Amino acid sequence: MTDPTDFWREAMRRGMGQTAFLRALGGELLEFEAGRGRIRLPFQDHLVGDPATGVIHGGVLTALLDQACGMAIGSALRSPAAMATLDLRIDYMKPAAPRLDVLVESQCLKIAHEVAFARATAFQTAPDEPVAIATGTFMLTRLDANAVRP
Amino acid sequence: MTDVQALLARVPYCVWLGVGARVEDGAVILDLPFDDKLIGNPILPALHGGVAGSLLETAALVQILFETSASAMPRTVDITIDYLRSARAAPSHARAHLVRQGRRVVSARAQMWQEDAAKPVADFRGHFLLG
Repeated sequence: MTDPTDFWREAMRRGMGQTAFLRALGGELLEFEAGRGRIRLPFQDHLVGDPATGVIHGGVLTALLDQACGMAIGSALRSPAAMATLDLRIDYMKPAAPRLDVLVESQCLKIAHEVAFARATAFQTAPDEPVAIATGTFMLTRLDANAVRP
Repeated sequence: MTDVQALLARVPYCVWLGVGARVEDGAVILDLPFDDKLIGNPILPALHGGVAGSLLETAALVQILFETSASAMPRTVDITIDYLRSARAAPSHARAHLVRQGRRVVSARAQMWQEDAAKPVADFRGHFLLG
């Protein structure tokens, strides 16, 4: 018999992959596992924020980084909880090169009872040459009736 | 003075999002009609955090172009977004102001709201390089 934890985690993974805004942007969920998330976003003309340079809009990266932080936390939870972003800090290290895919990798840093912390990196060619890095804090609303402190 | 509507019409991502602009009392106000594609949480339902981030960063960039002599799109250095309430499946608005304008860098703040400007759904601050 399937572990109920696997069941809701699979439901969450599927839900994350089907997030309307992520799909509309063209983002693909590549990894959702044990405190790690990974998303790929193929370049598309409608993502451009600066028509003079062809660089994608910062808001596109914000969406990917927010989503990836949520995925890292969601995949690390041991019991069902709803998540809401409390704050997100993003440092833009260099402009995204036009016409290249963006990859985002995230990592859950800590899950407490009511809050959780994650960080994420957006890059194009190599993970050690980030386009942007993010730190996110999320509120958790525990959904199981007898939620225990982790 | 910058024609903010024409400016947004040249930015593919803003056209795709559906962002409109108007000027009120010397400040640019951005308007974003609701659309299903903007949803981040289908259960509430709520707009994606990235939608708020996109609208707020755009508000700051447009306000900088509107108020300064910058001709090129400013480059975002860093941003912080506080999510104050969930953004519902409803029209959204945002307004930015420049906290400090130096020769090279601008510090800006922006707020996003929905029905009631006194109840912001997100608060934003960021640094932008000019030119």
